[in-house]
Amino acid sequence: MFDRDKLDEIKKGVESFDESTQKAMEKRPERKENFISASGDEVGRLYSPADLDEIDYMDELNFPGQYPYTRGVQPTMYRGRLWTMRMYAGFATAEESNERYKLLLAQGGSGLSVAFDLPTQIGYDSDHSLAEGEVGKVGVAIDSLKDMEILFGGIPLDKVSTSMTINAPASVLLAMYIAVAEKQGVSMDKLRGTIQNDILKEYIARGTYIFPTEPSMRLITNIFEYCSVNVPKWNTISISGYHIREAGSTAAQEVGFTLADGIAYVEAAIAAGLDVDSFAPRLSFFFNSHNDLLEEVSKFRAARRLWARIMKERFNAKNPKSMMLKFHTQTGGSTLTAQQPDNNIVRVAIQTLAAVLGGTQSLHTNSRDEALALPTEDSVRIALRTQQIVAHESGVTNTIDPLAGSYFIESKTKDIEEQAYAYIKKIDELGGAPKAIDNGYIQQEIMDAAYRCQKDIETERAIVVGMNKFTVDEEMPKDLLRVDMSVGEGQKKKLQKLKAERDNEAVESNLKALKKACQGDENVMPFILEAVKAYATLGEICGVMREVFGEYQQSVRI
Amino acid sequence: MKRTIRVLVAKPGLDGHDRGAKVIARALRDAGMEVIYTGLRQTPKQIVNAAIQEDVDCVAMSILSGAHNTLFPKVVELLREEDASDILVVGGGVIPGEDIPFLKEKGISEIFTPGTTTDTTIEYIRKNIKRK
Repeated sequence: MFDRDKLDEIKKGVESFDESTQKAMEKRPERKENFISASGDEVGRLYSPADLDEIDYMDELNFPGQYPYTRGVQPTMYRGRLWTMRMYAGFATAEESNERYKLLLAQGGSGLSVAFDLPTQIGYDSDHSLAEGEVGKVGVAIDSLKDMEILFGGIPLDKVSTSMTINAPASVLLAMYIAVAEKQGVSMDKLRGTIQNDILKEYIARGTYIFPTEPSMRLITNIFEYCSVNVPKWNTISISGYHIREAGSTAAQEVGFTLADGIAYVEAAIAAGLDVDSFAPRLSFFFNSHNDLLEEVSKFRAARRLWARIMKERFNAKNPKSMMLKFHTQTGGSTLTAQQPDNNIVRVAIQTLAAVLGGTQSLHTNSRDEALALPTEDSVRIALRTQQIVAHESGVTNTIDPLAGSYFIESKTKDIEEQAYAYIKKIDELGGAPKAIDNGYIQQEIMDAAYRCQKDIETERAIVVGMNKFTVDEEMPKDLLRVDMSVGEGQKKKLQKLKAERDNEAVESNLKALKKACQGDENVMPFILEAVKAYATLGEICGVMREVFGEYQQSVRI
Repeated sequence: MKRTIRVLVAKPGLDGHDRGAKVIARALRDAGMEVIYTGLRQTPKQIVNAAIQEDVDCVAMSILSGAHNTLFPKVVELLREEDASDILVVGGGVIPGEDIPFLKEKGISEIFTPGTTTDTTIEYIRKNIKRK
């Protein structure tokens, strides 16, 4: 990015700076021998134009909205429109969650993000024996279309965009959403939102898988195909690094493993006969934002550049939209401490800044009490206000990609891109992400990093304020949000009533048709939609698919 | 000679957050214990069967989904039914302080909340196993 002669002069300057600093350090040494990023990478004392020697502005950065989109996917970014402030919420019953959604929208939230409970995420009805103790705990319990009608009651689905954190049974919940919209008089081509639908990271890190890899990949490509025709504004997948990072990965692993998963989905869809530009514009991503501000900003920029290159060079995408990495961000739950929980507000503010300086399209901010329990309404409001303060008071939204050109940021962006690419190459050699998951490679790499991180905290090589330094004696807070055990009982009663009132013959025949579709190679989406409309339960529908597809067996290693 | 301490690290319920369980498993192993990790989605019955089959001294469970008040006591209860109350039971995860007295009353010996060092857990298990 700099003139040759000038660069030589600068390089000489760097050398003499190093020399004189070494000398000065004999009297006043630095605080530490090594300065290490949150991901364990060494960070240099000073960066200069010399570090950007090989970076060509037009090739590597270019302008916002232009390939390779390092500086952002839109030409105006937050000057045009702020990111979507999307708070992940849902607990207990559909009634209670519906109230929380209306409250969030009233407070200025701009999109919904639905958290489902674990039985729903794993395709069990609330009355299943494995659901005991879990109903309504980490999200809302959805057993049938009836619950979904309550969940979105009074919320116009043509006006809001809705993100649903649902993976193995994503097809079923999407079908329910379409059916609710239809009852509101909103046709499916108007629906905007996202389903997570990313099964590979469930095998890697999050754990809510149901079916084996192959049928799971088929369900995903069925959704791609169905939505490209019928629900064109829907993001059909949110390829997630969030949980990979939460499981302990480094920033570069987060990018590398996530994009490797992305490559696997694109390959599966192409193998199923889809044209890359028919589905790739609806692929979206989901990343984590941790405390190391500069590393995180570089990470987001690196991810955008690398994905653009993969889509163009590896998959020959022609539509620029296929090359744009759009992403949702959530602040890092695993960085929050149970000790002195108010400190978490500050952590979340830094992480918010990282996400925004990194050019995120939407953001969830965690609440201060999440290391303790589900967040209270007060905590959620502070978390949302944090986004609003960054948006309206910090000034960072006035200009696009303001950290670009920083010697450190550009150098770190390139470094993360290279590290992530090395992981992708390694995974290619192993036969692609599904194979690298089956043989445990990806999980093992993450586990090693997680263990290092724990050791660093315990040896105080890494400082966590309020936890291993600056501690106080404190009592655990008392007024936490709790989900009543009665939620499970209530759901069971609702299910009994539903099964007594619905047309059970229609349910039977729809489930039979679905089973046949699963056994053959038709797209299953229309069959799931019909079953859902007949009020077949989530458990019944997933039960049919379990029969045909079988269940995934986790490979366990420590 | 004292035999090596054997620990079953288990994930009861549907919760998929296994970072803590795996880190603990590895730390216990590095501390010289023999560790069996169950993997995800274990019912209390499966955990108890594994504990007995593997002849462990301690069952260490982790839950972050909020189902601890249901699932932890069930494991203790089933161990008692199997005449295996001499197996030490400990738990960890996102567990509100208010729940800890209830869990201890139900026979979970200790609850380790976020921020606990692996050394604390290792020492606790060494000092408190009932089988010698």
